Amino acid sequence: MSHHLVVRVVSKLLIPFILLFGLYVQFHGDFGPGGGFQAGVIFAAGFILYALVYGLDNAKRIIPEKYIRAGVALGLLIFAGTGVASLLMGGNYLDYSVLAEEAPKGQHLGIFVVEFGVGLTVASVMIVIFFAFAGRDHQIDEKEE
Amino acid sequence: MVLTVLLIIRLHNLFAIVMLSGIFSLLAATFFVVVDGVDVAFTEAAVGAGISTVLMLGALMLCGRTEKIPDRKTVLPLLVAVVTGAALVYGTLDMPYYGDPEAPIHQHVAPRYINDSLAETSVPNMVTAVLASYRGYDTLGEVAVIFTAGIGVLVLLSRIKLGRRKEDEDAA
Amino acid sequence: MEWPGLYNYWIVIFLMMAGLYIVMARANLIKKMVGLSIFQVSVFVFYLTMGKVSGGTAPIVIDGDPVYSNPLPHVLILTAIVVGVATLALGLALIVRIKESYGTIEEDDIEKQETDA
Repeated sequence: MSHHLVVRVVSKLLIPFILLFGLYVQFHGDFGPGGGFQAGVIFAAGFILYALVYGLDNAKRIIPEKYIRAGVALGLLIFAGTGVASLLMGGNYLDYSVLAEEAPKGQHLGIFVVEFGVGLTVASVMIVIFFAFAGRDHQIDEKEE
Repeated sequence: MVLTVLLIIRLHNLFAIVMLSGIFSLLAATFFVVVDGVDVAFTEAAVGAGISTVLMLGALMLCGRTEKIPDRKTVLPLLVAVVTGAALVYGTLDMPYYGDPEAPIHQHVAPRYINDSLAETSVPNMVTAVLASYRGYDTLGEVAVIFTAGIGVLVLLSRIKLGRRKEDEDAA
Repeated sequence: MEWPGLYNYWIVIFLMMAGLYIVMARANLIKKMVGLSIFQVSVFVFYLTMGKVSGGTAPIVIDGDPVYSNPLPHVLILTAIVVGVATLALGLALIVRIKESYGTIEEDDIEKQETDA
Protein backbone atom coordinates (compact mmCIF):
# COMPACT_ATOMS: atom_id res chain seq x y z
CA MET A 1 0.00 0.00 0.00
CA SER A 2 3.10 2.17 -0.19
CA HIS A 3 1.77 4.34 -3.02
CA HIS A 4 -1.36 5.47 -1.16
CA LEU A 5 -0.21 8.82 0.15
CA VAL A 6 -3.48 9.78 1.81
CA VAL A 7 -3.74 6.51 3.69
CA ARG A 8 -0.16 6.77 4.90
CA VAL A 9 -0.46 10.33 6.16
CA VAL A 10 -3.85 9.89 7.79
CA SER A 11 -2.87 6.67 9.54
CA LYS A 12 0.35 8.29 10.72
CA LEU A 13 -1.80 10.98 12.31
CA LEU A 14 -4.24 8.50 13.79
CA ILE A 15 -1.99 5.81 15.22
CA PRO A 16 -0.64 7.79 18.22
CA PHE A 17 -4.19 8.70 19.18
CA ILE A 18 -5.38 5.11 18.86
CA LEU A 19 -2.55 3.95 21.13
CA LEU A 20 -3.20 6.79 23.60
CA PHE A 21 -6.88 5.95 23.60
CA GLY A 22 -6.00 2.32 24.26
CA LEU A 23 -3.98 3.34 27.32
CA TYR A 24 -6.80 5.64 28.49
CA VAL A 25 -9.30 2.83 28.20
CA GLN A 26 -6.92 0.55 30.09
CA PHE A 27 -6.27 2.80 33.06
CA HIS A 28 -9.58 4.63 33.21
CA GLY A 29 -11.51 1.37 33.05
CA ASP A 30 -12.19 1.52 36.79
CA PHE A 31 -14.21 4.70 36.44
CA GLY A 32 -15.71 4.70 32.97
CA PRO A 33 -16.43 2.12 30.34
CA GLY A 34 -13.30 0.19 29.54
CA GLY A 35 -10.90 -2.35 30.94
CA GLY A 36 -8.26 -4.83 29.97
CA PHE A 37 -10.12 -6.65 27.21
CA GLN A 38 -11.18 -3.52 25.35
CA ALA A 39 -7.85 -1.77 25.82
CA GLY A 40 -5.90 -4.77 24.62
CA VAL A 41 -7.96 -4.99 21.47
CA ILE A 42 -7.72 -1.26 20.70
CA PHE A 43 -3.99 -1.24 21.33
CA ALA A 44 -3.53 -4.22 19.04
CA ALA A 45 -5.69 -2.54 16.39
CA GLY A 46 -3.30 0.42 16.38
CA PHE A 47 -0.31 -1.82 15.67
CA ILE A 48 -2.21 -3.82 13.08
CA LEU A 49 -3.11 -0.61 11.26
CA TYR A 50 0.57 0.29 11.24
CA ALA A 51 1.50 -3.13 9.89
CA LEU A 52 -1.16 -2.91 7.18
CA VAL A 53 -0.04 0.50 5.97
CA TYR A 54 3.72 0.36 6.35
CA GLY A 55 4.27 -3.33 5.79
CA LEU A 56 4.95 -6.21 8.10
CA ASP A 57 8.71 -5.86 8.18
CA ASN A 58 8.59 -2.29 9.46
CA ALA A 59 6.07 -3.29 12.13
CA LYS A 60 8.29 -6.18 13.21
CA ARG A 61 11.22 -3.80 13.49
CA ILE A 62 9.27 -1.61 15.92
CA ILE A 63 8.04 -4.43 18.12
CA PRO A 64 10.23 -7.53 17.68
CA GLU A 65 8.25 -10.74 17.74
CA LYS A 66 10.02 -12.24 20.73
CA TYR A 67 8.86 -9.37 22.96
CA ILE A 68 5.24 -9.84 21.94
CA ARG A 69 5.51 -13.57 22.51
CA ALA A 70 6.90 -12.84 25.95
CA GLY A 71 3.96 -10.47 26.50
CA VAL A 72 1.48 -13.24 25.76
CA ALA A 73 2.77 -15.30 28.64
CA LEU A 74 3.62 -12.37 30.91
CA GLY A 75 0.04 -11.08 31.03
CA LEU A 76 -1.30 -14.45 32.14
CA LEU A 77 1.52 -14.68 34.69
CA ILE A 78 0.65 -11.25 36.12
CA PHE A 79 -2.96 -12.37 36.54
CA ALA A 80 -2.08 -15.70 38.13
CA GLY A 81 0.74 -14.09 40.13
CA THR A 82 -1.68 -11.64 41.70
CA GLY A 83 -3.65 -14.62 42.91
CA VAL A 84 -0.53 -16.21 44.37
CA ALA A 85 0.44 -12.90 45.99
CA SER A 86 -2.90 -12.67 47.78
CA LEU A 87 -2.46 -16.30 48.77
CA LEU A 88 0.94 -15.54 50.31
CA MET A 89 -0.43 -12.53 52.17
CA GLY A 90 -2.94 -14.70 53.95
CA GLY A 91 -6.06 -14.44 51.82
CA ASN A 92 -7.80 -16.74 49.38
CA TYR A 93 -6.58 -17.17 45.82
CA LEU A 94 -7.50 -14.00 43.84
CA ASP A 95 -8.93 -12.36 46.98
CA TYR A 96 -7.47 -8.88 46.63
CA SER A 97 -8.69 -7.56 49.98
CA VAL A 98 -5.42 -8.46 51.69
CA LEU A 99 -3.20 -6.57 49.22
CA ALA A 100 -3.58 -3.26 51.10
CA GLU A 101 -4.46 -2.22 54.64
CA GLU A 102 -8.11 -1.57 53.88
CA ALA A 103 -10.12 -4.11 51.95
CA PRO A 104 -11.60 -1.75 49.30
CA LYS A 105 -8.18 -0.28 48.53
CA GLY A 106 -6.73 -3.74 48.16
CA GLN A 107 -9.58 -4.68 45.86
CA HIS A 108 -8.96 -1.60 43.75
CA LEU A 109 -5.25 -2.36 43.50
CA GLY A 110 -5.89 -5.99 42.66
CA ILE A 111 -8.40 -5.11 39.94
CA PHE A 112 -5.96 -2.60 38.48
CA VAL A 113 -3.10 -5.10 38.31
CA VAL A 114 -5.26 -7.90 36.99
CA GLU A 115 -6.74 -5.71 34.28
CA PHE A 116 -3.22 -4.80 33.24
CA GLY A 117 -2.39 -8.47 32.88
CA VAL A 118 -5.55 -9.05 30.84
CA GLY A 119 -4.76 -6.12 28.56
CA LEU A 120 -1.18 -7.27 28.01
CA THR A 121 -2.20 -10.79 27.07
CA VAL A 122 -5.07 -9.74 24.81
CA ALA A 123 -3.00 -7.15 22.94
CA SER A 124 -0.04 -9.51 22.51
CA VAL A 125 -2.19 -12.42 21.35
CA MET A 126 -4.00 -10.28 18.78
CA ILE A 127 -0.72 -8.94 17.37
CA VAL A 128 0.86 -12.40 17.36
CA ILE A 129 -2.14 -13.87 15.52
CA PHE A 130 -2.09 -11.07 12.97
CA PHE A 131 1.65 -11.48 12.38
CA ALA A 132 1.16 -15.22 11.98
CA PHE A 133 -1.49 -14.70 9.29
CA ALA A 134 0.30 -11.89 7.51
CA GLY A 135 3.66 -13.64 7.73
CA ARG A 136 2.36 -16.51 5.60
CA ASP A 137 2.15 -14.30 2.55
CA HIS A 138 4.46 -11.36 2.31
CA GLN A 139 2.45 -9.72 -0.44
CA ILE A 140 -0.45 -9.05 1.91
CA ASP A 141 0.21 -5.33 2.16
CA GLU A 142 0.31 -5.06 -1.61
CA LYS A 143 -2.87 -6.99 -2.29
CA GLU A 144 -5.05 -5.59 0.43
CA GLU A 145 -6.67 -2.56 -1.15
CA MET B 1 -28.95 -6.55 10.91
CA VAL B 2 -31.52 -8.87 9.34
CA LEU B 3 -30.79 -7.39 5.91
CA THR B 4 -27.02 -7.88 6.21
CA VAL B 5 -27.51 -11.48 7.28
CA LEU B 6 -29.81 -12.20 4.32
CA LEU B 7 -27.18 -10.72 2.01
CA ILE B 8 -24.48 -12.87 3.60
CA ILE B 9 -26.57 -15.96 2.88
CA ARG B 10 -27.21 -14.98 -0.75
CA LEU B 11 -23.78 -13.75 -1.82
CA HIS B 12 -20.99 -15.94 -3.12
CA ASN B 13 -18.20 -13.36 -3.18
CA LEU B 14 -16.29 -14.04 0.01
CA PHE B 15 -14.75 -10.57 0.06
CA ALA B 16 -18.20 -8.97 0.19
CA ILE B 17 -19.29 -11.48 2.80
CA VAL B 18 -16.39 -10.60 5.10
CA MET B 19 -17.13 -6.87 4.69
CA LEU B 20 -20.80 -7.48 5.45
CA SER B 21 -19.92 -9.42 8.58
CA GLY B 22 -17.91 -6.39 9.70
CA ILE B 23 -20.95 -4.18 9.13
CA PHE B 24 -23.05 -6.72 11.00
CA SER B 25 -20.73 -6.47 14.00
CA LEU B 26 -20.89 -2.69 13.94
CA LEU B 27 -24.70 -2.80 13.92
CA ALA B 28 -24.59 -5.23 16.82
CA ALA B 29 -22.33 -2.78 18.68
CA THR B 30 -24.84 0.06 18.23
CA PHE B 31 -27.55 -2.24 19.56
CA PHE B 32 -25.39 -2.95 22.62
CA VAL B 33 -25.20 0.79 23.33
CA VAL B 34 -29.00 0.96 23.21
CA VAL B 35 -29.33 -1.76 25.83
CA ASP B 36 -26.74 -0.07 28.13
CA GLY B 37 -23.88 -2.47 27.51
CA VAL B 38 -21.29 0.25 26.85
CA ASP B 39 -18.33 -1.93 27.74
CA VAL B 40 -19.58 -4.68 25.50
CA ALA B 41 -20.28 -2.30 22.62
CA PHE B 42 -16.74 -1.02 22.91
CA THR B 43 -15.29 -4.49 22.60
CA GLU B 44 -17.63 -5.60 19.84
CA ALA B 45 -16.80 -2.55 17.73
CA ALA B 46 -13.06 -3.03 18.12
CA VAL B 47 -13.08 -6.81 17.78
CA GLY B 48 -15.89 -7.53 15.37
CA ALA B 49 -15.52 -4.65 12.97
CA GLY B 50 -11.76 -4.32 13.37
CA ILE B 51 -9.66 -7.31 14.21
CA SER B 52 -11.81 -10.23 13.06
CA THR B 53 -12.42 -8.53 9.71
CA VAL B 54 -8.68 -8.04 9.24
CA LEU B 55 -8.02 -11.66 10.21
CA MET B 56 -10.64 -12.94 7.80
CA LEU B 57 -9.17 -10.80 5.03
CA GLY B 58 -5.78 -12.25 5.87
CA ALA B 59 -7.20 -15.75 5.56
CA LEU B 60 -8.91 -14.81 2.28
CA MET B 61 -5.61 -13.69 0.81
CA LEU B 62 -4.28 -17.18 1.45
CA CYS B 63 -7.37 -19.11 0.38
CA GLY B 64 -8.91 -17.32 -2.62
CA ARG B 65 -11.85 -14.99 -2.57
CA THR B 66 -14.78 -16.60 -4.36
CA GLU B 67 -16.98 -19.39 -3.13
CA LYS B 68 -17.86 -22.24 -5.44
CA ILE B 69 -21.59 -22.25 -6.15
CA PRO B 70 -22.77 -25.14 -4.00
CA ASP B 71 -24.53 -27.98 -5.78
CA ARG B 72 -25.66 -29.71 -2.61
CA LYS B 73 -29.28 -29.83 -1.50
CA THR B 74 -30.23 -27.07 0.93
CA VAL B 75 -33.73 -28.29 1.79
CA LEU B 76 -32.77 -30.36 4.79
CA PRO B 77 -30.66 -27.68 6.54
CA LEU B 78 -33.42 -25.14 5.88
CA LEU B 79 -35.98 -27.50 7.36
CA VAL B 80 -33.82 -28.14 10.44
CA ALA B 81 -33.27 -24.39 10.92
CA VAL B 82 -36.98 -23.57 10.56
CA VAL B 83 -38.08 -26.31 12.94
CA THR B 84 -35.48 -25.36 15.55
CA GLY B 85 -36.43 -21.72 15.17
CA ALA B 86 -40.11 -22.50 15.59
CA ALA B 87 -39.38 -24.47 18.76
CA LEU B 88 -37.34 -21.55 20.13
CA VAL B 89 -40.08 -19.03 19.29
CA TYR B 90 -42.54 -21.26 21.14
CA GLY B 91 -40.09 -21.16 24.06
CA THR B 92 -39.98 -17.36 24.10
CA LEU B 93 -43.71 -17.09 24.72
CA ASP B 94 -43.03 -17.62 28.43
CA MET B 95 -40.13 -15.16 28.53
CA PRO B 96 -40.34 -11.88 30.45
CA TYR B 97 -40.90 -8.84 28.26
CA TYR B 98 -38.00 -6.63 27.16
CA GLY B 99 -36.87 -4.28 29.95
CA ASP B 100 -39.09 -5.83 32.58
CA PRO B 101 -37.52 -4.97 35.97
CA GLU B 102 -39.32 -7.90 37.60
CA ALA B 103 -37.65 -10.50 35.36
CA PRO B 104 -36.02 -13.39 37.26
CA ILE B 105 -32.56 -12.45 35.99
CA HIS B 106 -32.63 -9.20 37.99
CA GLN B 107 -33.69 -10.80 41.28
CA HIS B 108 -30.82 -12.97 42.36
CA VAL B 109 -27.14 -11.94 42.12
CA ALA B 110 -27.31 -8.60 40.34
CA PRO B 111 -28.69 -6.50 43.25
CA ARG B 112 -25.66 -7.45 45.34
CA TYR B 113 -23.33 -6.23 42.60
CA ILE B 114 -25.30 -3.05 42.02
CA ASN B 115 -25.66 -2.09 45.68
CA ASP B 116 -22.39 -3.22 47.24
CA SER B 117 -19.69 -3.24 44.59
CA LEU B 118 -18.68 0.40 45.12
CA ALA B 119 -18.26 -0.04 48.87
CA GLU B 120 -16.46 -3.35 48.55
CA THR B 121 -14.06 -2.60 45.72
CA SER B 122 -14.11 1.22 45.38
CA VAL B 123 -14.42 0.82 41.60
CA PRO B 124 -17.37 2.73 40.16
CA ASN B 125 -17.60 0.67 36.98
CA MET B 126 -19.53 -2.40 38.07
CA VAL B 127 -18.61 -4.35 34.97
CA THR B 128 -14.91 -3.99 35.76
CA ALA B 129 -15.48 -4.81 39.42
CA VAL B 130 -17.43 -7.96 38.69
CA LEU B 131 -15.09 -8.99 35.89
CA ALA B 132 -11.86 -8.73 37.81
CA SER B 133 -12.89 -9.31 41.40
CA TYR B 134 -16.13 -11.22 41.94
CA ARG B 135 -15.61 -13.44 38.92
CA GLY B 136 -11.80 -13.46 39.01
CA TYR B 137 -11.50 -17.19 38.41
CA ASP B 138 -13.78 -16.95 35.39
CA THR B 139 -11.70 -14.17 33.87
CA LEU B 140 -8.46 -16.01 34.62
CA GLY B 141 -9.86 -18.95 32.71
CA GLU B 142 -10.83 -16.75 29.77
CA VAL B 143 -7.36 -15.23 29.62
CA ALA B 144 -5.94 -18.75 29.65
CA VAL B 145 -8.21 -19.63 26.71
CA ILE B 146 -6.99 -16.60 24.74
CA PHE B 147 -3.41 -17.53 25.61
CA THR B 148 -3.98 -21.08 24.38
CA ALA B 149 -5.60 -19.87 21.16
CA GLY B 150 -2.63 -17.61 20.50
CA ILE B 151 -0.21 -20.49 21.04
CA GLY B 152 -2.35 -22.69 18.80
CA VAL B 153 -2.28 -20.20 15.93
CA LEU B 154 1.47 -19.85 16.31
CA VAL B 155 1.99 -23.60 16.21
CA LEU B 156 -0.32 -24.05 13.22
CA LEU B 157 0.98 -21.21 11.11
CA SER B 158 4.63 -20.70 11.89
CA ARG B 159 6.12 -24.15 11.21
CA ILE B 160 6.80 -23.63 7.52
CA LYS B 161 7.89 -20.08 8.18
CA LEU B 162 10.65 -21.34 10.49
CA GLY B 163 11.85 -23.66 7.74
CA ARG B 164 11.84 -20.78 5.31
CA ARG B 165 13.85 -18.65 7.68
CA LYS B 166 16.54 -21.34 7.79
CA GLU B 167 16.66 -21.38 4.01
CA ASP B 168 17.07 -17.62 4.03
CA GLU B 169 19.97 -17.92 6.44
CA ASP B 170 21.58 -20.56 4.23
CA ALA B 171 21.18 -18.33 1.22
CA ALA B 172 22.71 -15.41 3.10
CA MET C 1 -43.97 -0.49 27.12
CA GLU C 2 -45.91 -3.08 25.19
CA TRP C 3 -44.18 -2.66 21.86
CA PRO C 4 -40.78 -4.31 22.06
CA GLY C 5 -42.28 -7.17 24.08
CA LEU C 6 -40.87 -10.43 22.79
CA TYR C 7 -39.86 -8.91 19.45
CA ASN C 8 -36.15 -8.79 20.37
CA TYR C 9 -36.06 -12.50 21.08
CA TRP C 10 -37.54 -13.26 17.67
CA ILE C 11 -34.85 -11.20 15.94
CA VAL C 12 -32.26 -13.14 17.96
CA ILE C 13 -33.80 -16.44 16.93
CA PHE C 14 -33.85 -15.40 13.28
CA LEU C 15 -30.16 -14.43 13.41
CA MET C 16 -29.29 -17.62 15.24
CA MET C 17 -31.07 -19.81 12.72
CA ALA C 18 -29.49 -17.88 9.83
CA GLY C 19 -26.08 -18.64 11.33
CA LEU C 20 -27.02 -22.28 11.81
CA TYR C 21 -28.28 -22.51 8.23
CA ILE C 22 -25.06 -21.03 6.82
CA VAL C 23 -22.99 -23.50 8.82
CA MET C 24 -25.05 -26.45 7.66
CA ALA C 25 -25.85 -25.56 4.06
CA ARG C 26 -22.68 -23.91 2.75
CA ALA C 27 -19.61 -25.92 1.82
CA ASN C 28 -17.05 -23.11 1.91
CA LEU C 29 -15.14 -23.22 5.19
CA ILE C 30 -14.63 -19.45 5.50
CA LYS C 31 -18.33 -18.89 4.99
CA LYS C 32 -18.97 -21.43 7.71
CA MET C 33 -16.80 -19.34 10.05
CA VAL C 34 -18.84 -16.25 9.18
CA GLY C 35 -22.02 -18.20 9.95
CA LEU C 36 -20.54 -19.30 13.24
CA SER C 37 -19.74 -15.71 14.22
CA ILE C 38 -23.28 -14.62 13.30
CA PHE C 39 -24.58 -17.34 15.60
CA GLN C 40 -22.24 -16.07 18.31
CA VAL C 41 -23.33 -12.44 17.96
CA SER C 42 -26.97 -13.51 18.17
CA VAL C 43 -26.24 -15.09 21.54
CA PHE C 44 -24.55 -11.86 22.69
CA VAL C 45 -27.63 -9.88 21.63
CA PHE C 46 -29.82 -12.32 23.55
CA TYR C 47 -27.84 -11.94 26.79
CA LEU C 48 -27.75 -8.16 26.63
CA THR C 49 -31.48 -8.03 25.84
CA MET C 50 -32.15 -9.92 29.04
CA GLY C 51 -29.87 -7.63 31.05
CA LYS C 52 -31.75 -4.46 30.07
CA VAL C 53 -34.01 -2.80 32.64
CA SER C 54 -36.37 -0.26 31.11
CA GLY C 55 -35.43 3.26 32.16
CA GLY C 56 -32.09 1.89 33.32
CA THR C 57 -28.65 3.33 32.67
CA ALA C 58 -25.23 1.80 32.08
CA PRO C 59 -23.91 0.04 35.21
CA ILE C 60 -21.38 2.69 36.23
CA VAL C 61 -22.01 4.30 39.62
CA ILE C 62 -23.11 7.93 39.30
CA ASP C 63 -24.62 10.44 41.69
CA GLY C 64 -28.30 10.31 42.44
CA ASP C 65 -30.38 7.18 42.57
CA PRO C 66 -30.67 5.86 39.03
CA VAL C 67 -31.85 2.46 37.91
CA TYR C 68 -28.96 0.38 36.61
CA SER C 69 -29.13 -2.33 34.02
CA ASN C 70 -27.93 -5.75 35.08
CA PRO C 71 -24.11 -5.83 34.90
CA LEU C 72 -23.77 -9.61 35.00
CA PRO C 73 -24.60 -10.38 31.32
CA HIS C 74 -22.24 -7.60 30.26
CA VAL C 75 -19.37 -9.26 32.11
CA LEU C 76 -20.09 -12.68 30.64
CA ILE C 77 -20.39 -11.37 27.09
CA LEU C 78 -17.34 -9.10 27.35
CA THR C 79 -15.08 -12.07 27.91
CA ALA C 80 -17.02 -14.17 25.40
CA ILE C 81 -16.38 -11.67 22.59
CA VAL C 82 -12.63 -11.71 23.03
CA VAL C 83 -12.54 -15.47 23.43
CA GLY C 84 -14.73 -15.63 20.31
CA VAL C 85 -12.20 -13.75 18.21
CA ALA C 86 -9.40 -15.92 19.55
CA THR C 87 -11.22 -19.10 18.56
CA LEU C 88 -12.14 -17.53 15.20
CA ALA C 89 -8.44 -16.94 14.59
CA LEU C 90 -7.69 -20.54 15.51
CA GLY C 91 -10.36 -21.76 13.08
CA LEU C 92 -9.02 -19.57 10.30
CA ALA C 93 -5.52 -20.89 10.98
CA LEU C 94 -6.82 -24.44 10.60
CA ILE C 95 -8.53 -23.44 7.34
CA VAL C 96 -5.26 -22.02 6.02
CA ARG C 97 -3.53 -25.31 6.82
CA ILE C 98 -6.34 -27.26 5.13
CA LYS C 99 -5.96 -25.09 2.05
CA GLU C 100 -2.26 -25.85 1.97
CA SER C 101 -2.70 -29.61 2.28
CA TYR C 102 -5.74 -30.08 0.02
CA GLY C 103 -5.54 -27.04 -2.25
CA THR C 104 -9.19 -26.17 -1.64
CA ILE C 105 -11.46 -24.96 1.15
CA GLU C 106 -14.67 -26.42 -0.29
CA GLU C 107 -15.89 -29.21 1.95
CA ASP C 108 -17.21 -31.30 -0.96
CA ASP C 109 -13.90 -31.24 -2.81
CA ILE C 110 -12.03 -32.26 0.32
CA GLU C 111 -14.42 -35.15 0.80
CA LYS C 112 -13.96 -36.25 -2.79
CA GLN C 113 -10.18 -36.20 -2.41
CA GLU C 114 -10.47 -38.26 0.75
CA THR C 115 -12.65 -40.93 -0.87
CA ASP C 116 -10.47 -41.07 -3.98
CA ALA C 117 -7.33 -41.57 -1.99
